[in-house]
Formats: sequence, C-alpha cells, structure tokens
Amino acid sequence: MPGGVAKPEGPLLALKDVSRAFGVRRGWLGEQRRLIAVDRVSLDVSAGESLGLVGESGCGKSTLGRLACGLLAPSSGQVLLEGRALPLAGARSWAAGRIQMVFQDPFSSLNPRMSARAAVAEPLAAQGVPRAEQRRRAEEMLATVGLDGLGGRYPHEFSGGQRQRIAVARALITRPEVVICDEPVSALDASVQAQVLNLLRDAQERFGPAYLFISHDLAVVGFMCRRILVMYLGQIVEEAAREQLFAGAAHPYSQALLASMPTGASRKEGELLPPPLEGELPSPLNPPPGCRFHPRCPKAVGICRREPPAWKELAPGWRARCHLA
Amino acid sequence: MSPLPFLTPRRRSRLAGIALNVAGKTLWMLLVLWGITLISFWVIHLAPGSPTDLETTLNPLAGEAARQRLEALYGLDRPLYVQYWDWLTRLLHFDFGNSMSADARPVLTKILERLPLTVGMNVTALVLTLLIAIPVGILSASRQNSLLDRTVTVLVFLGFAMPSFWLALLLMMFFGIDLQWLPISGLTSMDYASLSPWGKFCDLARHLALPILVYTVGGLAGMSRYMRACMLEVLRQDYILTARAKGLSPGAIIWRHALPNALLPVITLLGLSVPGLIGGSVIIESIFALPGLGQLFYTAVMARDYTMIMGNLVLGAVLTLAGNVLADVCYGLADPRIRSAREKN
Repeated sequence: MPGGVAKPEGPLLALKDVSRAFGVRRGWLGEQRRLIAVDRVSLDVSAGESLGLVGESGCGKSTLGRLACGLLAPSSGQVLLEGRALPLAGARSWAAGRIQMVFQDPFSSLNPRMSARAAVAEPLAAQGVPRAEQRRRAEEMLATVGLDGLGGRYPHEFSGGQRQRIAVARALITRPEVVICDEPVSALDASVQAQVLNLLRDAQERFGPAYLFISHDLAVVGFMCRRILVMYLGQIVEEAAREQLFAGAAHPYSQALLASMPTGASRKEGELLPPPLEGELPSPLNPPPGCRFHPRCPKAVGICRREPPAWKELAPGWRARCHLA
Repeated sequence: MSPLPFLTPRRRSRLAGIALNVAGKTLWMLLVLWGITLISFWVIHLAPGSPTDLETTLNPLAGEAARQRLEALYGLDRPLYVQYWDWLTRLLHFDFGNSMSADARPVLTKILERLPLTVGMNVTALVLTLLIAIPVGILSASRQNSLLDRTVTVLVFLGFAMPSFWLALLLMMFFGIDLQWLPISGLTSMDYASLSPWGKFCDLARHLALPILVYTVGGLAGMSRYMRACMLEVLRQDYILTARAKGLSPGAIIWRHALPNALLPVITLLGLSVPGLIGGSVIIESIFALPGLGQLFYTAVMARDYTMIMGNLVLGAVLTLAGNVLADVCYGLADPRIRSAREKN
C-alpha cells in the first residue's frame, strides 16, 4: 500500500532549507530588488507517498515544484534525491527520468506538433531506449491511461482531460520515483477533474511513484494526500495529516482556507460562505515583518507583528508556525 | 460508373473536396486579380501626364496635330473603359502589349530580360538573410537579455537604421576604392565575353557581392527580431519545461520542440516576401548601375508608359497571390492542426 508508514531508510526526496530568490527590476533603470519566492522551506517526500501542498496563487507553490524537480536551482539550501544533491535537469544527469512533472495547463504542456505517442515516448528516447521498444511502451502507457489506440493523434484532437492523461502517461513512462503534479486538475471541468484524480491514484497503486501534489484546492489535495503542507507567502506555515487538518487546523491561515471551502452542506437560503480573508496576499518583494500572515490574521496580537514565529510541534507529524497555536 | 473506381468512397469524397477547395480558391484569386487590374488601370490613367508628353508637350516643334496623331496611334483617344477592355482581352492571351516608350518592344520581353538579375539577387539575399537571421534569432532568444542578445540587437538595428544608399556608398568606397577588391558598379567586366564559364560566374559574383550585401543587411533586422520573438513565445510554453524535466539536452529541446513551432509564423513572412522578389530596389539598382526590374518600373512610371506599368503590376499581383497560396499550402503541410482541420472540411 503506497503512502502511510515512513520507510526506515530516510526520505526519497528532501528539501533542506531551500530558498529561491529572483531579481526583479522595475522599469528600465530601476533598482534591482530580490523577490524571495520560496523562503527556507524544508520538506520530505517518502517513497510511494503523496504529499500535498496548498496555498493561494502567488505563494510560491509552483516555484517550489520546479525546485523539487531540478528545473530551477535553489538560491540556498539543498534538494536531495536519496540523499544526493539533485542536479539541474538536463541530459546525462543521473536523476533524468527519476523525477517527472505534470503541469497545470494541458494546452501548453504538449508540443502541438508532436503526436501523443511521440510525446509520451520522448523521455525514453532521452534515455536511449531503441525506437521499436519506445513505441511499444508508449502505446502500452497510453492504453493504461485510457487512450488506447489514439497515439497517432495530435494534441489539438484531444479534450483537456485527455490531454492531461497524455501528460500523465508522459510523466509515468520512465517509471519515475517522484512525480511533481503542479495544479494538474485546476484547468479542468469538475467532472473531468475526478477522472484525472482517479487516474493519478490508480497510477500510484500500479507504478508506486511518490507525488508532490501542488494545488490551491484543499478538497483536491485532501482527496489525494495523507499528509498536507500549507504554504503562505513563500513559507510552509503548517504541516499536518489530512484528518488532523480537516478536523481542526492550528494555523489561522489553514483555518481560513478550510472555512472558504464550499462544503455543499445545507445552508439556509441566501446564506453566504463565511467572510474570506481580508486583504490581498502581500507582495513577496517586501514581506511584512514578524509573522507574515499577521496583516490578514483575525487573531493577530502584538508579538505577531514583531517576531516571526518558529515551528511549534503540536503532535507527532503536526506542526505549525504560529505564536498562538 | 464513377470516375477513379480504385478509390474507396471516403477517399474519393475527400479528393473531391480538395479539388473543389482548390477550384474555389482559384476562382476567388482570379476575381481579386481582375479587381487589382481594374483599379490600377484606372488610377494610373488618373495621374497627370501621358506617354506622349516627351514627344509633344516638351517638344517645341510638335503641335496639337502631332499630339492627336500620336494619341490615336497609341489608342489613348478612346474612352478609358474601351482601352481597359482592349488591354484585358489581350492579357487573356498573355499579350501584355508593346511598351509605349521609344523602343516599342513587347512588355513581356523587356520584363523577362531583366527578371533573372532581380530575382537572382533577391533570392540570394533572402537566403543569406534567413541563413543569418534564423540562427541569430535562436541564439538571442535562448540567451534572452544576455550580452550576446543585446549586442546582436544593437547591431541588427544599426544595419536596419542605416540608409541603404549610404551603406552602399560606404561599401563602394571601402571595398572598391580603398582596397580595390571588388568592382564598384555594373554587372560584368569589359572582358566578360572572353571569360570561361567559371570565370564568368566569378565575375558576376564579384559585381553582385556588394548589392547583395546591402540587401541582406537591410533585411536582417526584421527577420532576426521576428525569429527571436517567435522563439521566445515558444520557449515559455510548458512543453519546453517538460522537455527539460525529461532530461533532454538543450540542443534537443531547441531542435525538436522549439524550432519547428517557432518556424511556423516565418512561413507566413516568407509567403509575403514572394512579391518582393521581383520588386528590385530602385535606389540600390541605380547606385550600382544594375539593369534590374526596379529601374525598369521606375522609368516606366516616370514616362507614363502605361503598358509597361500594367505589366509590372500584373506580375506583382500574381506573385502576391501565389505567395499567399504557397504560404497557405506550406502551413498546411507543416502544422498538424491545420492539416487535419482541412481534412475534416
């Protein structure tokens, strides 16, 4: 059974105090400023597990995903795959094919000039698998994701959900140990979302990759993952088991996310969802001092404005970065 | 019995569809061509002056009677629609008429004898432009905002901003007079007739090197910037990221994923440049004293040589339309999206 019990030999993929900053220049001669998209994030992904990462758009989730698969180099800190530093993605890297990605937009993530089969087979070509073998395995993988015999078609002939299946097939064909799913269902209709999520779950049972599942949708992450990280403005603010988080999150931001989830429970006629968080996500160019969440936090007190909170261990596997937790 | 019995009904209907499509397009194009000739014929006759001016108005010895006789000779005294109808019926037999200038030779002959030089020069310059601009565009895009990118940008814009006649004069001065490497004007040397075939080729090449260089420098900026923009557009697609995540080398990413997609819009640009292949530049041809189409057209316009102007315009219009169809067809061959959409129709 994938997920669950942590294996004794340490995590498969580990991020240790990883930060990533971008230089931003306003205007032509403006001063160069540093935008810290990901700020000292540590996380572990064990073999076969699904780790969820939620947060609102702009909080650095996608940057984190790209750091985790070697598409971006961290500014500081380390990304380790089985204890070895992960090199930048590229040919002849020992990690090539071991970490794959599924992106949000299935319309831009497939090359419009490559047939589905060619797109799925290409990672094998990068590994030097013979052509006939590539083709056979690509067809097999397409059949696995429910696109039997459609390998000769081009991306524009598929629906969004089908394209995302191709993207999944392409990610799985090298039998990777980790798949980074960056908002894989956000661009899809609700009915199609469920299909793709089920497909991802089936694929995990069958091929056993670990998922780092990035989404802004708590319901989706809750469906996929047993362990969930909540991210706010470049930092992880809470880490908890799914049941724990849904039963009672410790961090006010997680609570706000949960409260804004439409549950479908019977509401009185005309009743609205509880008021959303006040204000916008502050600019990561100048994050607020103290706790980064304090300007929007309904419970903020004096210390929140002055001191950044440290991790507080609430139970095994449950911790939060909040003075009040 | 239906024709083509060896085809399945489905393929037959598809072929019929393509044939119908092509027929419809051709008909439409002929209509457009007719419209172009109608309007340009009318507009040219609107312009003041007439082909007979040189012999009549500017000649103090010629009187009104001489003018009328000349106009009757050229048929210019008839109403415009009669002249147009006459010209059009002759065009349908591919007869462009005789030039109204002093030599009175057939328009087609005059165009054809100048065509090889202009087309040859333009094609060479276009090929050179592509050969330089495409790699430059790719390099600039794949290292966006690097020193290389900025240097290239400045250089190509300098080339673009320089007036071609000025650049031509500078080049003539440097290569022709200071270094004495290349001849400064004309198409051939004095002893051309006595040279061997290879010698003739080298002689032509030496004469054409500078004009072609000037053409190329002028076209470089547009093409390389366009290529760079197309490439950047493609490089920010997610499939490029995926390609990197797969472990492809940077070269494979550019060649397999980025370039084929980035070249698609260039096809359109090439299609549009087909009519430009015959439209030689008057300035460059004059400076280098080359007998090209640009000069021919220019003198025809100045002398109000109506038949000559119309001949050139028809040629240009046909090539424009043909270029569009060519781009259409190439796009269809290159892009699977358009290919299948056509098949469905």
